Amino acid sequence: MSRLLAPVFQTGFFTSSPVHTALIIAAAVAVVAGPLGLFTVMRGQSFAAESLGDIGTTGGSAAFLVGVGALWGFVAVGLMAAAAMELVGIQRTRGRDLATGIVLGASLGLAALFLYLDTTVHNTTGAAVTILFGSIFAISASTIPVVIALGLSVIAILVAIHRPLLLSTVQPDLAAARGVPVRIVGAAYLAALALTIALCATTIGSLLSTALLIGPAATALRLTNRPAMAALLATLLGVAATWIGIVLAYDSFYWPPQGHGWPVSFFVVSLVFVFYLLSGLPAWRQRRQARARRPAHGPGIAEVGL
Amino acid sequence: MRLGNRDVLRDVGFRLATGELTGLIGSNGAGKTTLFRVILGLQRAAQGTVLVDGRPRSRRNPLIGYVPQKFVLDPDAPIRARDLVALGVDGHRFGVVRRVAQRRAVVDEMLAAVGAEAFGGARVGLLSGGEQQRVLIAHALASRPRLLLMDEPLANLDLSSAHDVVALVARIAHEHNIAVLISAHEMNPLLPVIDRIVYLAEGRAASGPVDEVVRGDVLSRLYGHHVDVLRVHGRVLVVAGATGSDHDPGAEDRGHVQVVT
Repeated sequence: MSRLLAPVFQTGFFTSSPVHTALIIAAAVAVVAGPLGLFTVMRGQSFAAESLGDIGTTGGSAAFLVGVGALWGFVAVGLMAAAAMELVGIQRTRGRDLATGIVLGASLGLAALFLYLDTTVHNTTGAAVTILFGSIFAISASTIPVVIALGLSVIAILVAIHRPLLLSTVQPDLAAARGVPVRIVGAAYLAALALTIALCATTIGSLLSTALLIGPAATALRLTNRPAMAALLATLLGVAATWIGIVLAYDSFYWPPQGHGWPVSFFVVSLVFVFYLLSGLPAWRQRRQARARRPAHGPGIAEVGL
Repeated sequence: MRLGNRDVLRDVGFRLATGELTGLIGSNGAGKTTLFRVILGLQRAAQGTVLVDGRPRSRRNPLIGYVPQKFVLDPDAPIRARDLVALGVDGHRFGVVRRVAQRRAVVDEMLAAVGAEAFGGARVGLLSGGEQQRVLIAHALASRPRLLLMDEPLANLDLSSAHDVVALVARIAHEHNIAVLISAHEMNPLLPVIDRIVYLAEGRAASGPVDEVVRGDVLSRLYGHHVDVLRVHGRVLVVAGATGSDHDPGAEDRGHVQVVT
């Protein structure tokens, strides 16, 4: 058995402490991102999520500059940006998109400055890559309790508001008529989203953070009709993508160029993408079978084959 | 009732009785949805009160069930018909789901009450308009309201589906002994089942038993100009007449059939 798995798990995989840390953090983050991402997809707020991730770059690079963990930068700036989005107004889509776009531009400008200073002042070229694309093997084990505490608080928020949130996601008026404080529930969700994005950014970088949030959720809702099952599937897919990604990245130290591992984020995001494509297979096969049943006679300008 | 700085409705007063169906009739923009929002407490009226069961309506009033105007249910959302009905039972509650068995029993009962057992497990966004309507009625009934508000439930439905919905709502009003207020811009599909009518026009309302409201003199007073009520093959047509419209400043855009119902 162990010889069979040897090509998959390279020597030292199970004894390496950076790998242990990476596996624990990745799992914790995926467990949070799956269910939360489900609401993000259903509420059509992928752009808001992507913006929170990008804006997080500013926080991460600033934290690096003053010598604090990047996670704290992601959290602080993410929460501030979420509060700003909430104040601008959830209801007015156009206003929200404009405000998000303008804040995003300014914020990325700042991030450019901070990243430049990070590289010149601290003389470390790794800062930009770590913040933008993540380097999970470089995370210190002391971060684990913080990540788990933040993850638990997101799950606590989600457990508390999941029913009112689902109802106001289906239709805000329906929820309001039922006595749901729609705005408060929306704000709580947004705070949870900001924290989740910060956690994702720590794992796979601020630019890729939404991939872990949106991808598994979008895949899960193609596979089931049940909300609880979709949350569970999104979680499992997220854990699978990050863990397999970590294994492959570890293996890649033995791939060309020798001695330089490929980035974990590349594998994670690719796996998320592959899962999403695979989840479309059943529907695609159905369409193909339907096409095969189509009557084949005579040319026409229109035809229906159901 | 003001919306912005415009009076949308004023002097609107009526009573709804349990077991009775009341039609809220008015053309587009007459204020039907606004009136619903006021009754639900989603919008505040400049003055006046709404009492349900003798008490002022409160924010968390389970006494009122609401079926909103047709809206798009996301076909990509993994939400089954029965999940939406379950949100009618306890969608306003925070925390973990308790009393799972009891919740399931209520959901089954409500799906049966609207004849939606067959598609309870289907994704709600993929159901037809008529099926979604039934599920939304079951959702509204799940909180066991005394008053059910239905905003334009017949819009976008074909004649036979509309007939089914009307018959269903009439049965529910009697079986569950609840008051139903059902809005429509077209009164004819409702006439066989409604007991009373609230007719909105020109920001005012005329209300009472159907035969006492849908009359030329009453509606003429409401519109502020002459209208005729014609009965053709059991259908009612309200026609803004050419007579006496010369002195009416809005006559140009009202000089044709105003409400064909």
